[in-house]
Amino acid sequence: MRWTFLARRLGFYLAAAAAAIGLNFLLPRLMPGDPSSAIVEELERVSGQQVPAETLLSIRAIFGNPHANLAQQFADYLRQLSHGDLGVSVVNFPVPVADLVWQALPWTLLLVGTTTITAFAIGTLLGVVAGWKAGSRLDAILTPFTTFLSSVPYFWVALLALWIFGFVLGWTPLSGGYDADLPQGFSLAYAVSVLHHGVLPAATIVFSAFGGWLLGMRNMTVTTVREDYVLLAQAKGLSPKRVMLRYAARNAMLPSFTGFAMALGGVVGGALLTEIVFSYPGIGYLLYESLQKRDYPMMQGVFLLITLAVLLANLVADLAYVLLDPRIRARG
Amino acid sequence: MLKSWKVRFGLGVLGFFVLLAILGPLLPLDPRANDIGAISQPPSAHHLFGTTQFGQDVLAQTIAGARGSMLVGILAAAIGTLIAILVGVPAGYFGGAVDNGLNFLTNLFLVMPVLPLILIVAGYVQGTGPFVIALIIGLFGWSGGARTLRAQSLSLSSRDFVLAMRMVGEPHRRLIFFEVLPHLTGWISAMFLHGMIGGVMAEAGLAFLGITDSGSISWGTMIQAAQQQSAVLRGLWWWFVPPGLCIALIGTAATLVNFGVDEISNPKLRQARRSVVVRTRKVVEA
Repeated sequence: MRWTFLARRLGFYLAAAAAAIGLNFLLPRLMPGDPSSAIVEELERVSGQQVPAETLLSIRAIFGNPHANLAQQFADYLRQLSHGDLGVSVVNFPVPVADLVWQALPWTLLLVGTTTITAFAIGTLLGVVAGWKAGSRLDAILTPFTTFLSSVPYFWVALLALWIFGFVLGWTPLSGGYDADLPQGFSLAYAVSVLHHGVLPAATIVFSAFGGWLLGMRNMTVTTVREDYVLLAQAKGLSPKRVMLRYAARNAMLPSFTGFAMALGGVVGGALLTEIVFSYPGIGYLLYESLQKRDYPMMQGVFLLITLAVLLANLVADLAYVLLDPRIRARG
Repeated sequence: MLKSWKVRFGLGVLGFFVLLAILGPLLPLDPRANDIGAISQPPSAHHLFGTTQFGQDVLAQTIAGARGSMLVGILAAAIGTLIAILVGVPAGYFGGAVDNGLNFLTNLFLVMPVLPLILIVAGYVQGTGPFVIALIIGLFGWSGGARTLRAQSLSLSSRDFVLAMRMVGEPHRRLIFFEVLPHLTGWISAMFLHGMIGGVMAEAGLAFLGITDSGSISWGTMIQAAQQQSAVLRGLWWWFVPPGLCIALIGTAATLVNFGVDEISNPKLRQARRSVVVRTRKVVEA
């Protein structure tokens, strides 16, 4: 039973990945304009001269001819993709998109990865406590507060934080991921500057994200607390802390846990708005830049990467659920 | 339902903003007028919310923004809810091959990262008005709702009264519209409310990314204009604080309404009220 369930899920994610690749291929072709013409326009705008016919041909050779047969274009696209080739960036001309993505990826993984884990830990823990003593003073303060927090647009919080801590108090830098005057590498000064630049974006993410985990965990705990096995554990005279963490929280955590696995997939595309507000050199900023400058190959490459990461994380979340919840396993 | 303070407060706030959106243009405030004599002024008696760097009245812009933001939110919610009904209800009602196909579609939209997707699509149609933005948000935001409606109609369609009607020979169309859908109105209205807030937030996010037409006024474009003109770095806080607060207020109001409704439908959550705790504690101590 377990295996058919896994095979079905695997099949779905393979189909979803195929759909994502197909979408990524079709989207730019369905939309008005095409990369080659956009590049030609951009070149003409920058140089102020007409682009010669040979250049146009070579641009089409690199970015694909929009008038070629669609099946042929798709075959070319798949062949490129199978070599890990995401095309060439238009704005940073001969640089491959894959190189730019690899440069940006560590920044995003560092910033969004650590904050996702932190927000999950804080939110879940507080959620257990609030749900365990539902109606208590802590619950009465935390729950409405986080409800409000989850309704505040994230980028607005980030702007406010930047204004208060960066501008008024001057505690943190106003943009970037590191001090541009320092040589990049494994030096103490560089590491300190990375931390200094990262602390405010990280704090804003944790601040906006922990509320969601808290609310979910609280409501699950409220339901679990009334289960018979919790009552039994209490009746046995186990310490309240032990009953709360080992009995109630452990079972209430299942939905949060799968949510967490999915959130980890979102890490790659993650904090689009954070990176934009703080001009942080990650994947989100890359996507934003490519969008503003109409860098079609880069837009596509980044989008594909984000989508595949999310799909993979969802698959992992599904698998984890099977391992963690015996009921799903039995039902298949 | 109106007994719950959460529902009453939430509905009150929402009603206020809807009225503001409808009646806003009647107020003697012009969001586009430039007061050259008052540029980047902090709040004062003359300009209650201060002025932008272009000498525009922030209060007038916030009121006009209510109209822009709510319009996108309501349109997006209507589109998203409609698609959710069209996909979710038949999937649950008919089951079988119909369900397989529609459910695959739903799951696909469920796992795709929506924000980057919207971003890319919106990027291709850059600088569009509120209608296209609402359409894009609605098109990509229906999957969660469809899943809920599928599960609900699945259970409804196997209830006795539907089975009985089916045996009598009622056509499917009639059954869906008159037996299944009316039982889903609660879910659908909660979905609509949720979608509206999602739409307002998504519009603000897209405007912030510079995708919407900067000529239209919404809370999102206000914050974006402030960001573009470095209002943060120049300390013009009154420019971007009001629109953000308005979005937060609307979002909180909608969540409160949903909370109140949840508590009514799920008594377990209602038990956890403070008064109950105090009462039990008294009993225990006595």
